[in-house]
Amino acid sequence: MAEATTELLTTADGRPLKAALQAAQARAKRRAFFLVLPLLLFVVLTFLIPIGYMLKRSFEHDGFVSSAPTLVAWFEANPDFDPANPPEEAYAALVQDLARMQVEKTTGVAGTRINYSVPGTISMFKKGAREAKDLAPPFKQSLVSVDPDWAKPALWRGMASASHVYTAEFYKVASDMKLNDDGWARGEDNERIYLYLFFKTFLISGIITVLCLFLAFPVAHLLATLPMAKSSLLMIMVLLPFWTSLLVRTTSWIALLQEQGIVNDLLVGIGLITDDGRLTMMYNMTGTIVAMTHVLLPFMILPLYSVMRVIPPSYARAARSLGATSWTTFRRVYLPQTLPGIAAGSLLVFILAVGYYITPALVGGADGQLISNLIAFHMSKSNWSLAAAIAGMLLASILLLYWLYDRLIGIDRLKFG
Amino acid sequence: MKKTLILTTALVGFTSAAHADLTVMSWGGAYGAAQTEGHVKPWSASTGNAAIMVDSDNPAPAIKAMVEAGNVTVDVASVEYADAIRLCDEGLLEPIDAASLPAGADGTPAAEDFFPGAVTECAVSTDIWSNVFAYDTTKFPEGPTTAADFFDLEKFPGKRGLKKGAKAVLEFALMGDGVPAAEVYDVLNTPEGVDRAFAKLDTIKSEVVWWEAGAQAPQLLADGEVAMTTAYNGRIFAAAVGEGKPFQIVWDGQIYENESYVVPKGAPNKDLAMDFIKYATSTEGLRAQAAHISYGPPRKSANLEPIVYAGDGKTEMGPHLPTSPANLTNALLTSSDFWVDHDAELNERFQAWLAQ
Repeated sequence: MAEATTELLTTADGRPLKAALQAAQARAKRRAFFLVLPLLLFVVLTFLIPIGYMLKRSFEHDGFVSSAPTLVAWFEANPDFDPANPPEEAYAALVQDLARMQVEKTTGVAGTRINYSVPGTISMFKKGAREAKDLAPPFKQSLVSVDPDWAKPALWRGMASASHVYTAEFYKVASDMKLNDDGWARGEDNERIYLYLFFKTFLISGIITVLCLFLAFPVAHLLATLPMAKSSLLMIMVLLPFWTSLLVRTTSWIALLQEQGIVNDLLVGIGLITDDGRLTMMYNMTGTIVAMTHVLLPFMILPLYSVMRVIPPSYARAARSLGATSWTTFRRVYLPQTLPGIAAGSLLVFILAVGYYITPALVGGADGQLISNLIAFHMSKSNWSLAAAIAGMLLASILLLYWLYDRLIGIDRLKFG
Repeated sequence: MKKTLILTTALVGFTSAAHADLTVMSWGGAYGAAQTEGHVKPWSASTGNAAIMVDSDNPAPAIKAMVEAGNVTVDVASVEYADAIRLCDEGLLEPIDAASLPAGADGTPAAEDFFPGAVTECAVSTDIWSNVFAYDTTKFPEGPTTAADFFDLEKFPGKRGLKKGAKAVLEFALMGDGVPAAEVYDVLNTPEGVDRAFAKLDTIKSEVVWWEAGAQAPQLLADGEVAMTTAYNGRIFAAAVGEGKPFQIVWDGQIYENESYVVPKGAPNKDLAMDFIKYATSTEGLRAQAAHISYGPPRKSANLEPIVYAGDGKTEMGPHLPTSPANLTNALLTSSDFWVDHDAELNERFQAWLAQ
């Protein structure tokens, strides 16, 4: 071997060169690490930990476990009980826990937990807890006389399921499953909404991404090829809306596109449509797509521009001089070189669109709602676990897409600027 | 985990840690301004404690997050009635001693002075606001007068604005279908009743413009996008009286609700918070807020004398308040019990119905 025969290289003070080099590199690495440390800490503290904590809620909830220990212990001892006909001792445990909830003021905690899978139970728990201390055996009879729903198999299934701290319940609800007397099953047609909204969110985001690409490509090309003075002016025009508040831009689109809006007035004015035939372009999917495309356009233009700026024009000239038509030049020479920009812009726009909330809420109307609107609803209604489950599914599907994208296109080909 | 979470929230709270003896969180906008003028400033002036008002687009989830993270920076928050009940049941609020609330200005004890349901275990009502519907008088000089008219597209053609959500919309649909206010929740508590409400909504679905933010409703009406719309009554009042828009409220079928002050569990200045609530929900405190926004004071003694609108110094608030007897002939008090139980379920159904 060549290395074995060469003499060991040393630095001036006699240390082996290899070790000296390693020490120097380690120092540089440490220094670099200290430089990114503030950002790392910031991201961990304000991003990773809160998000991790939220996602944990999607499969962890101890509301029932902590407030109904007797019944939870009974469920543990009798995992195979018949929900359609629970024995008297189960009712006795339940009544004992209800009485305890009344004293410890945890009826809401327990009721809310059960209400997530069996609607209508919060008031049942409250009423049951109020009367628990006056109930006499047999408890089944006396509790059912307070409210016949206490004998519902679905309720007992729900309580048994809630007796575990870790649960997949919220993911089931977020997949349009319902807990009924026979267990978890697909919900009624008129109640299924989440999977449909997931699908629609991805579809609309896809449409917006494609629209953005088609609109941004020529603009980015122009920006990259115009002389400096003109391209700077154009760049300002691209960035100006980018610097404007999202709400302002969304409201401006409402003013433009609504039925009594400027565009419709103009079309009626020049006689293209009649006053009765005004176009409905706002408060529906069209409005959502138009407004979101506009809001997200700069995220496509900027990565495209940064890639196009460094493509040497001589390549295209060379292709032309070798006899390629302008279409072939574009397709075979120019377009492939812009791919990293297209990939980066599309990914950016798509992922931003998937999580969009304000614009669809304001202009979405009946059919422009996205899944993020339901996450917001459950956040405001205290069902954070379900919100976290939906958000978790959204995150997982984006990661899946990202993985697919990496396999198909390769993440190293991304170029953001 | 908890410690790190406290650390992260502390980091966020760091930026807004201005000195104050008391921090009140409300909804911002005209509503927050009314509470600032009516409660925060006068309380601050009379007790010498510095108090600040912070805004939130919905204080309920905000204080839930604070209490669960163990980093409560707010002493008093204004939340919807159903949220007050829910948060109280979940143990996230401090109980408020109802016996400590001051008697009315005329000497009536607080227990008799407050409207039924206005004082609960953890919350004291500050006002009663209402979901009403309003129309443009230039479009319908002989305007609609009943909830049924809202659903009558033949007699009153034109688009309708409705709030995008199940709550208050389903009740309104039933009243529009002829269900008397007193029976609405009995009907809505059955599957057939829910179907009936959606069937009624089906009759106008193609003509509905759905709004989400409270400010959108008067805007839709002003732009001529809709012929009539449901709205929060204070927003219509602000547009009609404050800005002179030709809007008229129809009180038939109004759905009213208490809005309450609560104290989050672990509030840093709990004693001052209780003192503030006693002040704000006294006869004078309630009247002072009602002078700025047309939501009704929930005490009998606060409704005895006419209240004058602070915006122009002459309009009498009485006829514009949801609690005015003339406005209560066919009115529904929101059932928080019903919505705490059925909120998620009916909203899923509502969203599915919207998407059809």
